Amino acid sequence: MKKSVFFGALAATTVLAGSAFAGTLDDVKARGELICGANVGLTGFGAPDATGAYVGFDVDLCKAIAAAVLGDASKVKYVPTTGETRFTALASGEVDVLIRNSTWTFSRDTDLKFDFVAVNYYDGQGFMVKKELGVSSAKELDGATVCIQTGTTTELNLADFFKSNNISYTPVTVGDDSEALRQYDAGACDAYTTDASGLAASRASLANPADHIILPEIISKEPLGPVVRHGDNNWGDIVRWTYYALLEAEEKGITKANIDTVGTSTTDPEVKRLLGLEGDMGAMMGLDKEWAKRAIAASGNYGEIFETNIGTSTPIGLARGLNALWTQGGLQYAPPFR
Amino acid sequence: MTLVTEPPKANFRLGMLIYDTRYRSYTIQVIVLILFLMGVAWLANNTIENLAAKDKDINFGFLWNRAGYDIDQHLIPYTNDDTHFRALLVGLGNTLVVALVGCFFSTILGVIIGVLRLSKNWLVARLMTIYIEIFRNIPLLLWIILVYVVFSETRPAPRDFKIVEGQTSAAHMNFFDTIAVTNRGTNVPAPLLTNPLPTVHLGFLPISLSLIAVIVVIAASIYANILLRRRTKVVQEATGIRPTIWWKSLLILCVPVVALLFAMGLHWEYPVFKGFNFNGGINIAHSFTALTIALTLYYASVIAETVRAGIQAISRGQSEASAALGIRPGRIMSLVILPQALRVIIPPLISQYLSLTKDTSLGIAVSYLDLRGTLGGITLNQTGRELECMTLMMLIYLIISLIISAVMNAYNASVKLKER
Repeated sequence: MKKSVFFGALAATTVLAGSAFAGTLDDVKARGELICGANVGLTGFGAPDATGAYVGFDVDLCKAIAAAVLGDASKVKYVPTTGETRFTALASGEVDVLIRNSTWTFSRDTDLKFDFVAVNYYDGQGFMVKKELGVSSAKELDGATVCIQTGTTTELNLADFFKSNNISYTPVTVGDDSEALRQYDAGACDAYTTDASGLAASRASLANPADHIILPEIISKEPLGPVVRHGDNNWGDIVRWTYYALLEAEEKGITKANIDTVGTSTTDPEVKRLLGLEGDMGAMMGLDKEWAKRAIAASGNYGEIFETNIGTSTPIGLARGLNALWTQGGLQYAPPFR
Repeated sequence: MTLVTEPPKANFRLGMLIYDTRYRSYTIQVIVLILFLMGVAWLANNTIENLAAKDKDINFGFLWNRAGYDIDQHLIPYTNDDTHFRALLVGLGNTLVVALVGCFFSTILGVIIGVLRLSKNWLVARLMTIYIEIFRNIPLLLWIILVYVVFSETRPAPRDFKIVEGQTSAAHMNFFDTIAVTNRGTNVPAPLLTNPLPTVHLGFLPISLSLIAVIVVIAASIYANILLRRRTKVVQEATGIRPTIWWKSLLILCVPVVALLFAMGLHWEYPVFKGFNFNGGINIAHSFTALTIALTLYYASVIAETVRAGIQAISRGQSEASAALGIRPGRIMSLVILPQALRVIIPPLISQYLSLTKDTSLGIAVSYLDLRGTLGGITLNQTGRELECMTLMMLIYLIISLIISAVMNAYNASVKLKER
């Protein structure tokens, strides 16, 4: 008798625990706040500004999701995660979505039970060295000491790169970008390796960026994108299509400035569908009609977000490259909204 | 017919389990035990159910997959093609070497400081008090980071040691150009043998017979020296004259090992700057040095207090009686006070050693890849097996601690007061 009560309670707990993971959308709505796993501090992508508010390329996607789901782009709580803690934070339900320069890999998608819903930045791993070393290629780094962030794909790529080129190195394994940068700046390592976008961002935050060069070799594919837990497909759809709405907006020329007027002037049915003037696409994933409009209005379309945070006019100065729209020779391509 | 009246068994009633004092304590213990086991079962079941809800299982198979990452300091051969299990062993080795070196030096330093704190010299005693209070009252983690930052920010970069024709280099090596302390690590000469003994591969561990030979010879020399001293004592007791043996001891201790090393052709490989770093010799990363120094200094202050407590537990009569017999103060300490104080010192010392060993995991702050850094850090991250890695790591730390406890308790049993 006692035992059956015990197992009954156990089953109830399990059911409760199970349901906590199933309806992320309901949880976010009930909470009135989106919890977004962000970087501890990577200038341009996700870092607190002088007032302590999070800003950046990845952060703007968090804001777009919050605007789509909750109707208010400011209702986001950012949880800083390191390379080591990010996946545990997502798997345990501490964050609703992880948008933190995370590389889409096979084992993370399958074994870790996550879903990478899109690629918001196509990246590759590079090296940064001090100019005074006189190194012009990563293949000249034989015997060098290399600073590397632990818990990242770059750690494994680095080992593979040096092995395949038959040269040696000494790894210095550090916890996050800022510590790696401190060690690199102090000369504790000759080279710093991470995603090329991260290198550009780190270089911009050094005292004298001109003294450092990013080597031409890109040694890996690093598709970075937002991650959600496996199994909650509706929530995954919301994150995925919010991102695609930003891409589609750029393709259709919808900007933060013209979003209120473009609806009335346009004859393009896809734009009308996207802005919720025709049909009811939001309802198909549990949102209202104007979800995409709010998402775009939050920080602008994909191109605007790129240019404000990491584009050529910023100190980070990244070119669109692979991240240009497919119509301009890049890889960014949104499936049709219909 | 039996004379012993047996208690009437048939009269046992269920109520006696509660109302009969003979059975009550058993009843309570059994109930508590059942509740405890149910609690454990609930936790285990909850874990498994929740993992299953997330489509995960508990599986240690990842230990045999290729690790794929590099570790700069390793005591056993390791490349990124080895398994996660081997990376675990490398981490374990790094943990143990810091723990051993830390325990060794902190004990020596701690005993010296503890004794000096009781010195009659006002200045020495106060200085030691200041040392103890400063180190004991600031968190260990801060000491580790401080020592590491001092090394990495104040020492010159390796390329400052580069010697260009006709110029003096910006930095110089120490000790007749044999040791270089850069901002990355300490480069010391490596001993090499021209005709070494073969290396035996015991499973996965290569064991150098040369090293074993050196250890055996040293152990044999020490044993021979003990025999010599024992004989000297016999002679002294028989004749009243103690023969001079210091040169014999010196010969016994030094000659065999020097001869062996000479026969194997010992020579040194000096570190030389080449490319980006020093090549050749042995490179000791500052993460190791910083961790060891900080652990040593911190635990020396704690052990010093233990030693002081032990010494003060010995009554003054002991030292006064010794002084009355004409023994010099230094010998009173080493022959009379310390041997007795050890009985008081060792039990708390065991827990200091345990703490020190566990605190080696703070090395993660300075990127020292110990067990926490390999198994609990990179392996955990790359495989995503949090539960397995953490369980395994806890188990390993538990086993290390139990072994240290067992060894120290055995030592304690050997020095404690023998009651006959």
